[in-house]
Amino acid sequence: MSNCTERLYNGIIKENPTFVLMLGMCPTLAVTTSAVNGLGMGLSTTVVLVLSNMLISMLRKIIPDSLRIPAFIVVVASFVTIVQFLLQGFVPSLYASLGLYIPLIVVNCIILGRAESYASKNPVLPSIFDGIGMGLGFTAGLTCIGVVRELIGAGAVFGFQVLPIADISTGQAGYVPVTIFILAPGAFLVLAGLTALQNRFKRSAAKKGKKVPESAGCGEGCASCGNSACSGKVFPTGNEKE
Amino acid sequence: MKELLIIAIGSALVNNVVLSQFLGICPFLGVSKKVQTAAGMGGAVVFVITIASFVTGLVYKFILANKAILNGKLVYLQTIVFILVIACLVQFVEMFLQKSMPSLYQALGVYLPLITTNCAVLGVALTNVQKEYSILTGVINGLGTSVGFLIAIVILAGIREKMEYNDVSESFKGTPIVLITASLMAIAFFGFSGLI
Repeated sequence: MSNCTERLYNGIIKENPTFVLMLGMCPTLAVTTSAVNGLGMGLSTTVVLVLSNMLISMLRKIIPDSLRIPAFIVVVASFVTIVQFLLQGFVPSLYASLGLYIPLIVVNCIILGRAESYASKNPVLPSIFDGIGMGLGFTAGLTCIGVVRELIGAGAVFGFQVLPIADISTGQAGYVPVTIFILAPGAFLVLAGLTALQNRFKRSAAKKGKKVPESAGCGEGCASCGNSACSGKVFPTGNEKE
Repeated sequence: MKELLIIAIGSALVNNVVLSQFLGICPFLGVSKKVQTAAGMGGAVVFVITIASFVTGLVYKFILANKAILNGKLVYLQTIVFILVIACLVQFVEMFLQKSMPSLYQALGVYLPLITTNCAVLGVALTNVQKEYSILTGVINGLGTSVGFLIAIVILAGIREKMEYNDVSESFKGTPIVLITASLMAIAFFGFSGLI
């Protein structure tokens, strides 16, 4: 059981996919216009991640090694399709606001990354907890960014108006929302601030001699990329460098 | 004709795939250190997205949504089918280029495998279906979108080359300053929104 709690801690804090590994940047930037959207996207991804980790871990001895990535993609795509229809049926408002980004969960590097680096090598129970941990870490990351953007951009949190909006016509004093934060440039700005903070923490941790996991996202270029799903292995050509 | 032009300009500039739809962020940040490599990546993306939107358009129209096959009920399989079609297609394009156009392969080859997991390719294929574009319109939309990607990544690479010489504060070195550049570019691209 300690192994399972360790997986949860690892996913949510130590290797948080958004803040530490910097994986899955497309949905992180795109759907965090409000906290609710961020939470919805995070939870949908969590469901897919847990189910795909579970199934891939169950099948890990059956799937031949050379065909594993296509097999993973089919498993993930099936669960994404299921989640898509569940959202469409039961939470149509969320489905409408997330739109295209729900089917795009398929190409989210977190899911293929966890399948490749954890679920395909470990037993079912730890894999499920790994999925829950990583998923909740991703959810927490998206929700945080969503809260920041919604608060600055609209003066609200989870749709509740926290800061009273100034009204020019009646002359009432209040908060003037910086609308750009819920538009596209704001996403880049918030993430820039966040990664700068992360750099700062990393430097001070390095000074104290602590080890910090390297970010596995694509910000540093493909050479240092830890995402094995993205190095030409999808359908192996035979001439990749190992 | 006019409609096609509007769709192409709309997807290239107004709704730029990277700067307003956030698809393909990974290569946008990762492969934009030099103008030359950025142009190579952009060229490969134009190539693959244009072909992929044609092929997925065909698959959708004649297999998934074909009334003769299960009364067109296979539509729900679109995500699974599209991602597999795109993965196979990239592999096929790579082999084809290697054999028949070695010079083009030299220029684009390195970037081709990276494109399978580029969400812009799947994104365009799904948008074409969602907006019920015909095959021709879909291809034009794909071409416009990918040219938008090419424009954005080349501009970013140009700025990054100049930025090499700037004195950036320690914490903002690397990804953060690139993201801020992207943010300013996104603001500049807002200027196109009055175009259509």
